Amino acid sequence: MSAAAPAARRGAGRRALLARAWPAALGLLSGLLLLLVALPIAGLLFSAPPRQLLAGLSDPLVVPALRLTLFTTTVSLLVILTCGTPLAWVIARRTSRAGRASRIWRALETLVELPVVLPPAVAGVALLLAFGRRGLLGPALAAAGIGLPFTRAAVVVAQTFVAAPFYFQAAIAAFRRLDPDLILVARTLGARPPRLLFTVAIPVSWPSLAGGAAMSWARALGEFGATLMFAGNMSGRTQTLPLAIYTALESDLRTAQSLSILLVAIAFALLVAIRAGARR
Amino acid sequence: MSVLEVVLQGRAGTLPIDVAVRVEGAPLVLVGPNGAGKTQTLMMILGATRPSHGRITLDGRPLFDAERGLDLPVEQRRIGYLPQRYALFPHLDVLSNVAYGIAASNRAERLRLGREMLRELDAEALAPRRPAELSGGETQRVALARALASRPRALLLDEPLAALDVSLRRDMRRFLAERLRAWSLPTVVVTHDRADAEALDGDVVVLEGGAIVQRGQLAALAAHPATPFVTRLVSGADQ
Repeated sequence: MSAAAPAARRGAGRRALLARAWPAALGLLSGLLLLLVALPIAGLLFSAPPRQLLAGLSDPLVVPALRLTLFTTTVSLLVILTCGTPLAWVIARRTSRAGRASRIWRALETLVELPVVLPPAVAGVALLLAFGRRGLLGPALAAAGIGLPFTRAAVVVAQTFVAAPFYFQAAIAAFRRLDPDLILVARTLGARPPRLLFTVAIPVSWPSLAGGAAMSWARALGEFGATLMFAGNMSGRTQTLPLAIYTALESDLRTAQSLSILLVAIAFALLVAIRAGARR
Repeated sequence: MSVLEVVLQGRAGTLPIDVAVRVEGAPLVLVGPNGAGKTQTLMMILGATRPSHGRITLDGRPLFDAERGLDLPVEQRRIGYLPQRYALFPHLDVLSNVAYGIAASNRAERLRLGREMLRELDAEALAPRRPAELSGGETQRVALARALASRPRALLLDEPLAALDVSLRRDMRRFLAERLRAWSLPTVVVTHDRADAEALDGDVVVLEGGAIVQRGQLAALAAHPATPFVTRLVSGADQ
């Protein structure tokens, strides 16, 4: 008894200390992360007077990069929507029942979603090994007189490769959530598969599809690593905004900053527009 | 007079199935405990799933024949379907819902026929509304109009009254029974409610474990219930 009392007192003291230290520890740890995120954004927006930022936008890198970025991301998005929607529809339908065929479609689904976890540098190497001069399709493309790497088309291919999964995932999830009775009723009313997709599945899933498209577009807009390796960094030809930022950084930090703000503004505007469109 | 003949045997997925019915004139009332295969039976008649054996003919036209390897897709069977939750297309207004299945050369004609069908169901005023704005009874009428507007040769209704509240159910039951009699389409109605069977006044088929355990008029079932489920059904204790 007499030996246990001091131990109990020590335990109580430790608990009191912990009770005092806990809020401080929580505050310190979460504050650290908040600072880490907030400071760079503050730096981006507030570290230079607006006049200097506007001057940065007059750099000759800016306009070609902006034009190329808007063009290539639009084309990439169109490719993703046109090919990704039917693929997501087919996979959602084919995997709704058990069976061997369903497993094959599931494997395909995983394959298409793979680029999400693929490091961009790996994506760049993979694209070169597929479409490059010594890649899998290299001889065939060369025979047809097509040289894909280091062209504007290569920019689109790289963006499509990395951005498609974001739309694809959203579309497949949306199609899986569709009430099976909606599809069945439409079929009893005589709707064949194309009509099912265009008059029921797509309109009903529209908000999720638009959200997925926004994510894909944002990803394509920011695409850097794979583009650099597969398409290069040639001003006016393959230099998109992220690559222009990288180039500008070597000579003029302010231009890089202006370009960065421009990129963020475009991404933000697109996101807001698409979200608003989806709620309509 | 239209006739729907259905023979489903063997297995459907994991469920053993043994159903043979002939539907003509009065609606066929399909009852049974949960998991007895009622909805499965409707799915097979529609063509959404198929049994290992059997055949289905509608007005003498074969829709399914396991032996001959014939299996018409859902969209060619011309069977109207009213699912339990009605499944109106949420993005279309009522009139466009009803016009969806109408085969007409142009849109104006489709809408005209759709309006006509809504009028027939005393629901013309609902035409511009969205499905989300409809009450349960209105939704049911619109779903029924949509199914009928495509001129089906037979009609399948899955628990058509279950989603409605009790007071409304009584009115809609009478309405449905009258209309079904007037249209005289071969009709299968799945229900768990004795009152539905009574109002529809057709043959009752009792399904348990995928097989028919008893069939006949409700009064005959009440006289000699074949299973405890039938006893509960005819006493109305299941409600």
